[in-house]
Amino acid sequence: MKLGSFIIRRLFLMLLVLFGVSVLVFVIAKVIPADPVGAILGGNAPIDLVEDMKRRLGLDKPLMNQFIDYMSGILRGDLGTSLKSNRPVAKDIANFFPATLELSICATFLSVVIGIFLGILSAVYRNKFIDHFARVFSILGVSMPVFWTGLLLLLLFYFRLGWLPGTGRLGLFVTPPTRYTGLYLLDSLLSLNFEAFKDALAHLVLPSIVLGYSAAASIARITRSSMLDVLRQDFIRTAKAKGIGKRLVIYRHALRNALIPVVTIIGLTFGGLLEGAVLTETIFGWPGLGRYIVNSLLLLDYPAIMGGTLFVAVIYSLVNLIVDIIYAALDPRMRI
Amino acid sequence: MERGSLLNVSGLRVIFHTYRGTIKALNGVELWLNEEERLGIVGETGCGKSVTALSIMRLIEQPGEIIDGSIIFAGHDLLKFSEDDMDKIRGKQISMIFQEPVAALNPVFKVGFQIAETISHSRGISVKDAYAEVKESLEMVGLDWQRTIDLYAHELSGGMAQRVMIAMALAVKPKLLIADEPTSALDVTIQAQILELLDKLVTVGKNAVILITHDLGIASEFCDRVAVMYAGNVIEVASSAEIFDQPLHPYTKGLIESIPVIGKSRELVGIPGVVPDLVDPPTGCRFHPRCKHVFDKCYSDLPSLTEVKPNHHVACHLYQ
Amino acid sequence: MVEKSETTISRWKPIIEDWKHTFYLWKRTKLAMIGTFIVIGFIVMAVFAPLLAPYDPIKTNLPERLKAPSKQHLFGTDQFGRDIFSRVIYGARIEVWIIFLVTVISGVIGVAVGVTAGYFGGVIDEILMRITDIFLAFPRLILAMALSAMLGRGLTNAILAISLVEWTVIARLARAEAMKVKSQPYIEAIKAVGASNFRVLIFHVLPMCLSPVLVQLTLRMGTIILTAAGLGFLGLGAQPPTPEWGAIVSDGRSYLVQQWWISTFPGLFIAVVVLGFNLLGDGIRDILDPRLRR
Repeated sequence: MKLGSFIIRRLFLMLLVLFGVSVLVFVIAKVIPADPVGAILGGNAPIDLVEDMKRRLGLDKPLMNQFIDYMSGILRGDLGTSLKSNRPVAKDIANFFPATLELSICATFLSVVIGIFLGILSAVYRNKFIDHFARVFSILGVSMPVFWTGLLLLLLFYFRLGWLPGTGRLGLFVTPPTRYTGLYLLDSLLSLNFEAFKDALAHLVLPSIVLGYSAAASIARITRSSMLDVLRQDFIRTAKAKGIGKRLVIYRHALRNALIPVVTIIGLTFGGLLEGAVLTETIFGWPGLGRYIVNSLLLLDYPAIMGGTLFVAVIYSLVNLIVDIIYAALDPRMRI
Repeated sequence: MERGSLLNVSGLRVIFHTYRGTIKALNGVELWLNEEERLGIVGETGCGKSVTALSIMRLIEQPGEIIDGSIIFAGHDLLKFSEDDMDKIRGKQISMIFQEPVAALNPVFKVGFQIAETISHSRGISVKDAYAEVKESLEMVGLDWQRTIDLYAHELSGGMAQRVMIAMALAVKPKLLIADEPTSALDVTIQAQILELLDKLVTVGKNAVILITHDLGIASEFCDRVAVMYAGNVIEVASSAEIFDQPLHPYTKGLIESIPVIGKSRELVGIPGVVPDLVDPPTGCRFHPRCKHVFDKCYSDLPSLTEVKPNHHVACHLYQ
Repeated sequence: MVEKSETTISRWKPIIEDWKHTFYLWKRTKLAMIGTFIVIGFIVMAVFAPLLAPYDPIKTNLPERLKAPSKQHLFGTDQFGRDIFSRVIYGARIEVWIIFLVTVISGVIGVAVGVTAGYFGGVIDEILMRITDIFLAFPRLILAMALSAMLGRGLTNAILAISLVEWTVIARLARAEAMKVKSQPYIEAIKAVGASNFRVLIFHVLPMCLSPVLVQLTLRMGTIILTAAGLGFLGLGAQPPTPEWGAIVSDGRSYLVQQWWISTFPGLFIAVVVLGFNLLGDGIRDILDPRLRR
């Protein structure tokens, strides 16, 4: 009951924020650039070409009308047509997003498992070897630039050792699986194409590690400090005084409390993964949304930029909404 | 020397390592307790009352350390027990309740589960089976079980939470209940209710009790005997009546003179000076810098706890 | 006389003790010490770049192109024959400049928004915080990328873009601090004697919020470098031939297999400097942790 009204309030707030997000995207794309057409075509473009481009971008109309067109387009699911591919942006996103999703899911899985595991060990065996190891692991993880570790791993495992495939989602001579979801792992299983499954998995290893490492590092850090915080609480003393043994004290009484803030950080991490995906996809030639956005930005493909950033913000907000709901479900104190 | 039939603490020394140096928190504590007896431990904040209680439960943790002494409980030295052996004592033979009852309950589990867990552990039965007894325990402490069993700690008032803690502690029928300032965080009216409830339940349950409090009044009212602690030592032990009427130690006398009494017009006298820093405690008797009767021996020798009258022990050079 | 000197001693003693203790904690956390030295080394490198760098970081020297690390070129040379070591040294200047400007700009915006929201509360707070939420609805790097590209690619616009993303963190913190300070009794007292809102805000609330904000700004410096380098790497930040570290890593991408040194060394410097800031930040956090203080 209380949880229900919490969700409704949060949903309402999210819609409000998303409206603001659309406005901000509009401002970034249409208000900030002084001369978008000039930037795209170069300064010396013939006047009719400029006029044509302005019409295509809707720049010949007053700003207010442009905004109304844009907003009504969003509500209809129409994000305009990409200048580069000449396809609807919505379609492009639908094409590119599954690749990013597949990579993010793998990276999240890796980082959550490793991060939480290391964080707990680190807190429980505070100042022992495993704690020092975990702290070095995590501080390196949050310090090393993703694009640099990506390049070095690519150099080592692909170019030098040849153990793992290099760029892309599949090898050149592997038939892509029939598209059901766009997630190659899932699709290849569904179409019983095990060769593609193996190949897709091999292609996922390096990008997932690169992307997951920094996330694992921050999850380990938060889990550790949250666990240490909880282990200092009065109720842990109560649990110990009950004589239920160290294992139950840690895994039943401490862990559940300690994981509550970790859930929040996993949500934030997902945002970090989306940013990391931009860099990782660029390095590993991964045909995902991150690369799509970078390319549109480099080419000043306005409709694609607006659609892409808006979509990412919506996904990020949704993930945060889900995280908030899980948080509320985990912590009875939050349901007020 | 066995002075109590249930518990004998002797020569207990506990230190805490901190950046300022080592805090000598307990400096050879002596305590004893008979079955079904109630002992009050009284003293100011930082005198080592709670550290003593946690030592008995073997819950002193880093940066703290028990360095010397023995804690003989029902014939066994708890300090020689392994952690596993200790878990057969904790929550079975000795239970404990704490100062901040709401914080002492786990915020993410329902009250009923937390009581059931305790019962299940002490009897070796499943949590599910233990639930049957939760109702009884909650009713025993005067709570409506149907309303309480599914609540979380933050939904309880301090008084209710302490009742839950008492239900949890006594559900396992411990030989000894340690109550560490069980009423200090509660409203005065609730305090009286809780003490009354505790009094009733331990009388019926025949549990021995160690009540830790800074309030000499509460201790002498509730307990058979009172031990006064100062700066890591037990300095006087006597029956509740005697400690009030004929205190011997200068510190105990000061403590009693500083209690306002309704209806009596009398000047309140504090004890001059402050509690010593236990990183660098005074030599000899730790009370000597604040004592009006101080003489040469007090500077050099730590007085031992000696029986100067029948069942009245004091650690002071004036009486030796 | 004697009594007076005694009160001075007792007044200063806790402050001296406090500093001693801070120093003690700093010394005890070896990692924080290492972090401090890295950060100092980084700043020294930036300040004395012209003295430390053996070659011009920008001038091309085609005969010397793509040379492996050697005594002449410690980190080798790139495709235009520029000395990577010199470019990395000069790069430190760029990074320091980015950190400085982003910290100042995002600090000013963040404090202004946060303190105003926290102090006035109500509708003003609601509006300002929803605006903050809108900025927070984007993954940071993606918003910075979009802003930087739309403003026009280049170092200055990248700095502006990062600042426009960073201020939200500071705003939230400053708001929380302002709300805490506002409810203090002495603020009531100052208002009771008739001080204007503006006066209270500027002279009493603002100064009290600054120290946590400054700490937070220090903690964010590592992230700022990573974001700036990420933009540079993607080609959406500093443009060639500016020796920004991320941009140099990107330069070396096409030569990765044969001339690994072009990308490796600048990346290593990013990693080490960010590590330094993170170690220092962890140390600061530990030192300020009241649980460790007592």
